[in-house]
Amino acid sequence: MKQHMQTYDPALHHAGEKQTAVVPPTIGDNALAAAGAPVALDLAVRGMHCASCATTVASALRQVPGVQTAEVNVATEIAHVRYLPASTDVAALTSAVAAVGYSAAERGDPSDDVDEQTAAHQLEYRNLMRKFWYAASISVVILLVAFPEIRWLYAPNLFWIEPSAAIVRGLWAASGVLALTVMAYSGRHFYTGLWFAFKHHAADMNTLIALGTAAAWLYSTVAVLAPQVFPMGASTMPFYDVTTVVIALVVLGQAIEARAKGQSSQAIRKLLGLQAKTARILRDGVEVEVSVESVLVSDIVVVRPGEKIPVDGIIVAGHSALDESMITGESLPVDKQIGDAVIGATMNTTGSFKFEATKVGKDTALAQIVKLVQDAMGTKPPIARLVDRVSYYFVPAVMITAVLSFMVWFTFGPSPALAFAIVTAVTVLIIACPCAIGMAVPLALVGGVGKAAEHGVLIRSGEALQTASTLQTIVLDKTGTITKGKPELTDTEADAGFDADRVLYYAASADRPSEHPLAQAIVQAANSRGLAPAEPSDFTALPGLGVAATVDGKRVLVGNGRLMEREGIDIGSLQTTVARLQSEGKTAMFVAVGKLAAGVVAVADTVKKDSVAAIRVMQSMGLEVIMLTGDNERTAQAIARQVGITRVLSEVLPEDKAHQVHLLKGEGKQVGMVGDGINDAPALVEANVGFAIGTGADVAIEAADITLVGGSLKGVAYAIEVSRATMRNAKQNLFGAFIYNTLGIPVAAGILYPLLGILLSPIMAAAAMAISSITVVSNANRLRSFKAKSFREATL
Amino acid sequence: MSTVQIVVNIIGIGVIAWIVWYFWLYRKAGVAVTETNGVQEAVIRVKGGYDPDVVIIKKDRPVRLLFQRQESSLCSEMVVFDSIGQSAHLPEGQTVAIEFTPHEKGEIPFQCQMGMLRGKLVVQ
Repeated sequence: MKQHMQTYDPALHHAGEKQTAVVPPTIGDNALAAAGAPVALDLAVRGMHCASCATTVASALRQVPGVQTAEVNVATEIAHVRYLPASTDVAALTSAVAAVGYSAAERGDPSDDVDEQTAAHQLEYRNLMRKFWYAASISVVILLVAFPEIRWLYAPNLFWIEPSAAIVRGLWAASGVLALTVMAYSGRHFYTGLWFAFKHHAADMNTLIALGTAAAWLYSTVAVLAPQVFPMGASTMPFYDVTTVVIALVVLGQAIEARAKGQSSQAIRKLLGLQAKTARILRDGVEVEVSVESVLVSDIVVVRPGEKIPVDGIIVAGHSALDESMITGESLPVDKQIGDAVIGATMNTTGSFKFEATKVGKDTALAQIVKLVQDAMGTKPPIARLVDRVSYYFVPAVMITAVLSFMVWFTFGPSPALAFAIVTAVTVLIIACPCAIGMAVPLALVGGVGKAAEHGVLIRSGEALQTASTLQTIVLDKTGTITKGKPELTDTEADAGFDADRVLYYAASADRPSEHPLAQAIVQAANSRGLAPAEPSDFTALPGLGVAATVDGKRVLVGNGRLMEREGIDIGSLQTTVARLQSEGKTAMFVAVGKLAAGVVAVADTVKKDSVAAIRVMQSMGLEVIMLTGDNERTAQAIARQVGITRVLSEVLPEDKAHQVHLLKGEGKQVGMVGDGINDAPALVEANVGFAIGTGADVAIEAADITLVGGSLKGVAYAIEVSRATMRNAKQNLFGAFIYNTLGIPVAAGILYPLLGILLSPIMAAAAMAISSITVVSNANRLRSFKAKSFREATL
Repeated sequence: MSTVQIVVNIIGIGVIAWIVWYFWLYRKAGVAVTETNGVQEAVIRVKGGYDPDVVIIKKDRPVRLLFQRQESSLCSEMVVFDSIGQSAHLPEGQTVAIEFTPHEKGEIPFQCQMGMLRGKLVVQ
């Protein structure tokens, strides 16, 4: 049968008006559309507060002719609708929802938000740059007028002519008008900002710049129009250049800042860029290529070699290895078989498979990661709360300083006192940089949280980040955290007359019917070595002893010493082998074939391949690493020795784990607990920072402050490293900003003048202000190139 | 000290006193919300500040705050409700909703990311 293939062309899709979630199936194959292929659509529904609202909305949607299915989720506020585009359209659907008292709109692609944000940043940058160029060019003209001494540079012929006082005054007046245009165009946002903030009894950066530049302009204008009001009379000089140059410099600083801020949201954009655009799904047995937004839960998705996985799901046919590094930070491809979960945005390598979609749209791991990261970027670490208090008092305090400085210069300053008083007051207003203080922590946080997310480490909040940077003790749950959490065959020892493969073959064959995890591990190991275990007969499971079965006509026993004793088998020297294996924390079983002891097989929960390296990195960072487990002392010690942990808390009942963490906190330590997020949830909550080992698809683990998507312990070390680096960065920013302001403001006020004769010009102040805020932004952006020790050393 | 200097200094002290009162001591009156279909809803305009910036709400009832940012200045592009762990990007010209239900009386402050613009909800 000829396969109907629909192709999806993004150019066509976006050619007309913006239609987010719908891909018209008519593109590429009219025949299929005529046959009435349904399309899927997500509507964002507002106003639902209970399950019954959802039912109302769903039934309203179902009553629209052409709607095949409508499912409404009250928690996510999304209606999944499948409808026939020939019979109805989006407008009919939204009005059906509106008719029952709710509002609905097509749900946007999550990347829209970030694209929009980036576009807004670029627009603001260009806007500010236009303002800058205007202010800068007018400034040049005004400076030429203000400093006639340099006119030989551009008009050498006029150099010997002294312009008359009237001409000079006329040029000044023209400068004043030009400066006013700069204020009205380039500096407009300072004055409107001042006004809006003022109405709210608030003052900000705009207030300072607006007051400073306006004061300079007003003083200059009075000096030009009515110099007689000043004590120094006609000799009073205007300084319109201060107004325009300050505006030019501050606007340039803001433009550079806008661009740098745009870069700081790159982490989110990178994550969203991972999303596949299209998916190939089976509909009525036909493979169709659709946009990823129209994939529904329980659709069967076809993935070919080298393709991106579009949504989350479970493999139903085929197998492959997947590169999940972009989500989990794990560099090696992961083998996936039928029944295994696949994560959207990961990359298929060479195999082909089909999977059933289980999570789409907002529910996919990637969408959850993006949401988590975005939310975290909006939180505040405790250190920022201190800053908030400071910034509340800061701007009015600067205004007060400016007034005080004016009063002192006016009263005690040298002549012309008024000019000095005005200049110092203006300089104080201009040099103060509340932005540097305000941005110090948020920018570092955005950088750090974003960086962590790129490595599969999801930090939930600024508070978690700050606390993680101060951790002293890391408690690791053993099973599933340090170890893989499921038993694997570790040793096969053969007695004289047998070889190891034969022993494993017999053990696996006898164990084949058993569902015990230990037996499964043995069978799996035999399979993977290509030993093809035989189908046994007379299989008997002997509780507390082992199993017995007939393999290839021989009686085979797999079990403990008591079984061998009961069956009268001489285990001889194998006894010491078993004792050794047990001391290593392994579960060892004798294998007897016929009436002879053939060998020993041992099974254990093995250590994850990068646990040792990760623990070493943590210890090298000065962290005390403790293992916590419900297992017996011997097994616990065996694992601890393998990974280099000396302090072990064993035989801890699951319900006592939280208590153990509590006791450790009682030692005065900042404790981080690493566990699985479900069984260990109370302990994670009890710890100062709870790290949940993710299972891949489920990233929004409630109990955790930090989720390690990849499940590797490297993530713990990385999270702490990145937190420390972020906090260090934030403190550098804060320190720089505070030092800058506490030194800059007194100098601007002229504190050095009596001693050293140093007085800053307002133009220098504006340059310093712009540079200080750009410095904070650039320092925070350094975090984007942060390289952690944990990933360099632990990547084997 | 000349008369002019005395007058200027007296005015200066007056200005300082006014700054202290106007920016730090002034107590703003809150705006009560309207309740429709059981939801307390308020539109907050974002332009150089939050308008209104003090909103009075009742506890145990769902609240929906509709933020409308009407400026391109990047300072206000994010609103943060730190105490309830919510935040939102406010694209210019769009309405963004923040929804939650307060369960305790008290104040819930909100602000821009840098803490320059501030507002609060008074839960009664």
